[in-house]
Amino acid sequence: MTEALLEVKGLKKYFPIKGGMLGRTVNYVKAVDDISFSVKRGETLSIVGESGCGKSTTGRAILRLDEPTAGDIRFDGEDLLALSKKQMRRKRKDIQIIFQDPFASLNPRHTVRRLLSEALAIQNVVPKAQRRSRVKELMETVGLSIDMIDRYPHEFSGGQRQRIGIARALAVNPKLIVCDEAVSALDVSIQAQVLNLLKELQHEFKLTYVFIAHDLGVVRHISDRIIVMYLGKIVETADKKSLFDTPRHPYTRALLSAIPVADPSKKKKRIILEGDVPSPLDPPSGCRFHTRCPFATDLCKKDDPELRSTAGMLTGHQAACHHMETIEGEQSNTH
Amino acid sequence: MNESTITPSSGPETVASTRQMRWGTFLRNLVKNKLAIVGAAIIFFFFVIAFLAPYIAPHSPSATDLMNRFQPPSAENWFGTDHNGRDIFSRILHGASLTLYIGLLSVSIGAVFGILMGVVSGYYGRWVDTVIMRVVDVLLAFPGILLALAIVSALGPSLHNVIIALSVYNVPVFARIVRASTLEVRKLEYVEAIRALGASDAKIVCQHILPNIVSPIIVKATLQIAVSILSAAGLSFLGLGAQPPAPEWGAMLSDGRDYMWDSPHITIFPGIAIVLVVLGFNLLGDGLRDALDPRNKS
Repeated sequence: MTEALLEVKGLKKYFPIKGGMLGRTVNYVKAVDDISFSVKRGETLSIVGESGCGKSTTGRAILRLDEPTAGDIRFDGEDLLALSKKQMRRKRKDIQIIFQDPFASLNPRHTVRRLLSEALAIQNVVPKAQRRSRVKELMETVGLSIDMIDRYPHEFSGGQRQRIGIARALAVNPKLIVCDEAVSALDVSIQAQVLNLLKELQHEFKLTYVFIAHDLGVVRHISDRIIVMYLGKIVETADKKSLFDTPRHPYTRALLSAIPVADPSKKKKRIILEGDVPSPLDPPSGCRFHTRCPFATDLCKKDDPELRSTAGMLTGHQAACHHMETIEGEQSNTH
Repeated sequence: MNESTITPSSGPETVASTRQMRWGTFLRNLVKNKLAIVGAAIIFFFFVIAFLAPYIAPHSPSATDLMNRFQPPSAENWFGTDHNGRDIFSRILHGASLTLYIGLLSVSIGAVFGILMGVVSGYYGRWVDTVIMRVVDVLLAFPGILLALAIVSALGPSLHNVIIALSVYNVPVFARIVRASTLEVRKLEYVEAIRALGASDAKIVCQHILPNIVSPIIVKATLQIAVSILSAAGLSFLGLGAQPPAPEWGAMLSDGRDYMWDSPHITIFPGIAIVLVVLGFNLLGDGLRDALDPRNKS
């Protein structure tokens, strides 16, 4: 089965800015502005971008933790946005989230036993009598010692806490897990362990991941396909290999050039972007990247580029830039 | 029953022992805090007095003895006598129950309604929040004593009307603090995580939000008991609270006001009693807050 498990169309999430005496909406932060993508069963789709580009908001909108402003989210063929609050609560069994900060996402007053059995109880996954053994099973699955079952989150290390978070997400037997910067708060050595655990679990339980991250090294390790976001829009999407080898969007190229290389003798050209990310309150006209783009022309200021492919791109590789052909030419010259 | 058959080694006893352990660490932390123990001792002391007053008071709290007015402290009248010749020591003993009754009841009633309003306001937000908070603003716009005064005037002077008035006065105080804490806790990732698991609003509020905002509520409650005791005294002074000859400490304070220069003991002793009670509640409240914080677990 390779059909899409999750299909997102035209997703928008605007946060209203209240102002004035009467608290009227004076403006919107367009955190996510009309993005579409789909995630196939069993694959890992990564969403990368700078802080504030809307990647986390996208993840939260999929779970309806933040209600989307507009768009269409289909999960397993079912329209999530059409579900009532109660139906959505039940649906959450299938879609779980792992948060960035493994300390903040665990109630400090609850023991591991309580944290996990609560998850089981909420969705009534297993009969009450079996919860105890299921909790132990979950701890084993994520590599935690059962002796730790009555400990509080603050008694664990960051990596162990994240394992508890993963165990809790697994408790309800989800089909899709949104990993919202799930390893960003961990030490690099621990990151690898947790990433490997996630990979093993994916294999074992046939999980589908939407992996949100800003670290391209991490993304390279875990992804099948990657979406690059900039200021609430998708600028490029491709399978991992195409994206890392032949990035077509100038923003992606800049991001990739920032990955440190382990071999110091290998010199590579870094593309330094000028300026900051413009405010999503008042995004630039036309192509949102034109204010920082080395290729920008007048066309970019006026016309917002659509996602498209060129002849030189593999299927599934799309980018939103007016000057992809120029970039392509440059790439083939250097190769 | 099923549980013990499946996992006999870790049956209900394990759960019980964990709970005992938690309760134990909480008590240990509390005992380590010397000031909290002092506070608890003071409050315990006043509760004992409140219950035993009828049996241990040497005199009747309302028996006047016009021959022995304004007597300074002596072996017969430990705290002296007031302008009606009543024994101040006995009156203070009897007043303890009145004072605690007013303070605890008005804060409890105010807290229950305040917490309810604050949680609903903070959790649901939007127009519910706006409506509740405007009501709270209106209540808070009046100085506390003025609001209580207006309510008591409307209802008529009596001890129970004072409690009603002070409860109303306490509602917005709790609503505000609970709303602020709820807003903070609601946005925490672990609350989001529980929401993402599909928990109902009631479950989230009762099991995850309320237990985590207990500390500010406790601290505020102790302060409000003090404030309420003082406000009740103020109302009694104005003749709107406890009616004479009730031995209410605040009323006793105001009774002695006219004679402060010549017979300071009439005001000093009820004053000390009030200060002690207030101090006791504050010390205990602070201690509880620290002991309840799981991060302090050793």
